[in-house]
Amino acid sequence: MHISWFRDIGLADRPTVGGKGGSLGELQRAGIDVPPGFVVRTSAFEEYLAALEQRSPVRARVAQLAADDLEGMRAAARELRSRFDDTPMPEALAQQILAAYAALGEGGRKVIVAVRSSATTEDSSDASFAGLQDTYLWVMEPDEVLRRIRHCWSSLYSLESLTYRRRQGMPEASVAMAVVVQTMVDARTAGVMFTRSPVTGDRSVIAIEAAWGLGSALVSGEVTPDRWVVAKITGEIPVRDISDKAICHVPAAGGGTEERPVEDAQRRTPCLADEELQSLRAVARKIERHYGQPQDIEWAIERNTQRLLLLQSRPETVWANKEKQAAPKMSDPLLHVMSIFGGQR
Amino acid sequence: MNAQLKPREFPLPSSVKVIPGTERAQAAYPYPVQFAKSDDSKFWFYNSMHFPEPMSAFDMVTAEAAYCALGAANTRVHCLPTTLGIDHRIINGRVYIGGNAVTDPTEIARRTGEFQQRAFYYYANWEKLYAQWKQKMLKLIEDARAMPEPVLPEFEPLENVHAGRGIASNHDLLVTYQQTLEGYFRMWHHHFEFLLLGYGAYLTFFGFCKKAFPEITDQTIARMVAGIDAEIFRPDDELRRLARCAVELEVDQHFRDGATVEEITRSLRAAGAPGHRWLDELQTSRDPWFNINVGDGFYHYHRSWNDDLSMPFAAIPGYARSVRAGESLDRKVEKLREERAQLIADYRELLDNDAERAAYDQMISLAHRVFPYVEGHKFYCEHWYTNLFFNKIRSFGALLSAHGFFASAEDVFHLTHYELEGAIIDLMNAWSAGSDPRGPAHWPPIVAERKAAIAVWAKHETPPALGPIPDVIDDPAIVMLWGITRESLDNWLSAGAGTDSNEVRGFAASSGVVEGIARIVKSVEEIARLQQGDILVCHVTNPTWTPIFQKIRAAVSDIGGSMSHAAIVAREYGLPAVVGTGNATSKIKDGQRIRVDGGRGIVTLLR
Repeated sequence: MHISWFRDIGLADRPTVGGKGGSLGELQRAGIDVPPGFVVRTSAFEEYLAALEQRSPVRARVAQLAADDLEGMRAAARELRSRFDDTPMPEALAQQILAAYAALGEGGRKVIVAVRSSATTEDSSDASFAGLQDTYLWVMEPDEVLRRIRHCWSSLYSLESLTYRRRQGMPEASVAMAVVVQTMVDARTAGVMFTRSPVTGDRSVIAIEAAWGLGSALVSGEVTPDRWVVAKITGEIPVRDISDKAICHVPAAGGGTEERPVEDAQRRTPCLADEELQSLRAVARKIERHYGQPQDIEWAIERNTQRLLLLQSRPETVWANKEKQAAPKMSDPLLHVMSIFGGQR
Repeated sequence: MNAQLKPREFPLPSSVKVIPGTERAQAAYPYPVQFAKSDDSKFWFYNSMHFPEPMSAFDMVTAEAAYCALGAANTRVHCLPTTLGIDHRIINGRVYIGGNAVTDPTEIARRTGEFQQRAFYYYANWEKLYAQWKQKMLKLIEDARAMPEPVLPEFEPLENVHAGRGIASNHDLLVTYQQTLEGYFRMWHHHFEFLLLGYGAYLTFFGFCKKAFPEITDQTIARMVAGIDAEIFRPDDELRRLARCAVELEVDQHFRDGATVEEITRSLRAAGAPGHRWLDELQTSRDPWFNINVGDGFYHYHRSWNDDLSMPFAAIPGYARSVRAGESLDRKVEKLREERAQLIADYRELLDNDAERAAYDQMISLAHRVFPYVEGHKFYCEHWYTNLFFNKIRSFGALLSAHGFFASAEDVFHLTHYELEGAIIDLMNAWSAGSDPRGPAHWPPIVAERKAAIAVWAKHETPPALGPIPDVIDDPAIVMLWGITRESLDNWLSAGAGTDSNEVRGFAASSGVVEGIARIVKSVEEIARLQQGDILVCHVTNPTWTPIFQKIRAAVSDIGGSMSHAAIVAREYGLPAVVGTGNATSKIKDGQRIRVDGGRGIVTLLR
């Protein structure tokens, strides 16, 4: 079987379902609401790659590229990606995926999905490999689902991915990709949150950023999000920066997403109510406790149901690395007393 | 720096003039507290937290005794490394103070060695020393209570003569007066025995939390260190008990809004056994818990609940209504304790490593250890003892007024304590000589002049600070007790700069957002104007104001930090509060609609 449902997997399955898939499974197991979906495991990629390799080598072609040979990499990326584009999946594999896709829709309703890369090297604490693979939102036809899965696979051979891997000296044989197929959330509001301050590293606060519509507008930087700082323990909200949110991303009629201007009255209106900030806080604490370390979380609030859904969670890396180098702090309370009374500074 | 952004400067002390017509009243303050030209080189600020109103000549004793004791503790007893004591000056009835920093590194090092031998001993032996402190304070109170009433009989009582006492009653007058004064100075020494060290322990924990959690709010830290059992909560607890008792005895209907204490007492007596039972219960609460002033206790007219029952009686109807509505009036001590423990545990879990957790544990336990003193001493010192002290002086006022010195006993407070001793000696001598004292011709015009001066001074704005602005204020005493930093000085300088903003900002003291009608309460006498659901806007609150928190929806104050009384009580009542705004009482109009955001420290003026 090349398909795994979220409920059946967890972080331990990362080598076969990728970072994103493993994280979504883990979240669902922890009792967190995530949009339903499944993972096309790395074995599917391997089967497809084997079919490609029968004609001419793929991995060996990459492995021989020099890290500084930009022209060579450009040519390889162009050639390999067009091979992925032109080669359909083996029929049995395609049928498995389409059956899972059909099962996502209840009562034969055509389900709209996001197709997202889930690389085995992605989303780990030590290599922030995020953003180098593709994500396709608002995919609504079975053939399109299959095509986008191939695109995700081929994104491993984009110029950026190749360059990154060659520079890091990663062995090609270990490179594989799973793909997440997940019910799309038509978000009223979406955003990200860090379970520590991105500014000071403070672990007692949660920084939340959000904008109207789909999260893509915020992630791509096309809109300045509203920003809140919520105290993790007490729920106080000491910072509220409400920005002018000129545009939002919404689902396009024919699939995909489109940019739309935000109505004047909504532009400076906070895109989250206080109760929603508190729900986010509760979920953030739950996830952080589950993983035992600060997290970087993507989430959305569904337009029709107002339900809060978690799209992704991964360990925060920037402050975690800084902390490793930080000097030990003094623990004698009387020395702290001296810092107050000014004898020792 | 942009020329327009250059801060304005505070006036020099020598440029502040005594208001014309009040020169003689100003001259009543003794020479060491008059500003001199040499004071121009030093930075001073108006101590509006403790002395928000012009000082009558006698009340100046509080400044004198308190700074004497504070200075001794800092300079000579605990030897704080970077600071000595505080100088004070009085002009136009206002008390200005300035700290004396130690800046020479050699001297700081020398004092650090001394400090560690002294302060660390106190921290290590806190409970034992505090138990000892309480015994000292109770003994001092007992001595003050045992002091005889000042009386001058026509003839010395026969039993004194037969006992061969050998001194006459006029001598007792002087002894009682001098002992009364001695007791007050002694009380202030006791007051400062632990105070700075206590605040220091708080600030140590504050500092640690701010380092570990740079974005933590002051009020969250304050909630972690806040104590739950302290004498200062008892008077309000007693009121709740009396309200519950009134409902059980079914006499609560006698506490009508607007009725005087006499009317209520009379109607309780008329109600027979239950009414008498309630009055008996009242007596058990009064001693000692009603020895609490309707102010900080720094002015003679801050009378105690025992002296004027109208304040506690006014709170009974509201509490009784809550009892009738089936609400529990008990302070949720267990719940508060659990919430505090949970908060401390939750933040502890967020710390990086076990070494930090160990330091955190020790610092929070130090803060909890000092709390009983920091909150409890106020009851013994500023309330109970101060109340006994001013009432004893009042007795001297009554005696002098009976001998024609004053029109009313209260006039005694317009003499300095030096002058009062002179007046007592005048009476003493006249009594023994069998002639008329000189006071009746001497004092009435002077008292009238000083009363008029205080009225003039009260209407006159006074600068918040004087003299050159220091680059940094790192005097721990000033930062701890007054919350004054370079930042707050800059705010003072910009406050008068004609900003038309509809916001007032202060410390975020207790979270929550409410809108309502602002009621400006400038003195205790105006408390009765508060309607159910108003927002209290005041200069500063103190523990006797606690019962009015049942009436209000939010509190805003000019003065105070996250550990101030208003902040502590607001958090217990779950009301939004913004404190230390500097100018809320002048910027907000009485009856104005305002929004209080206690989580962000912002008050918005709505119209």
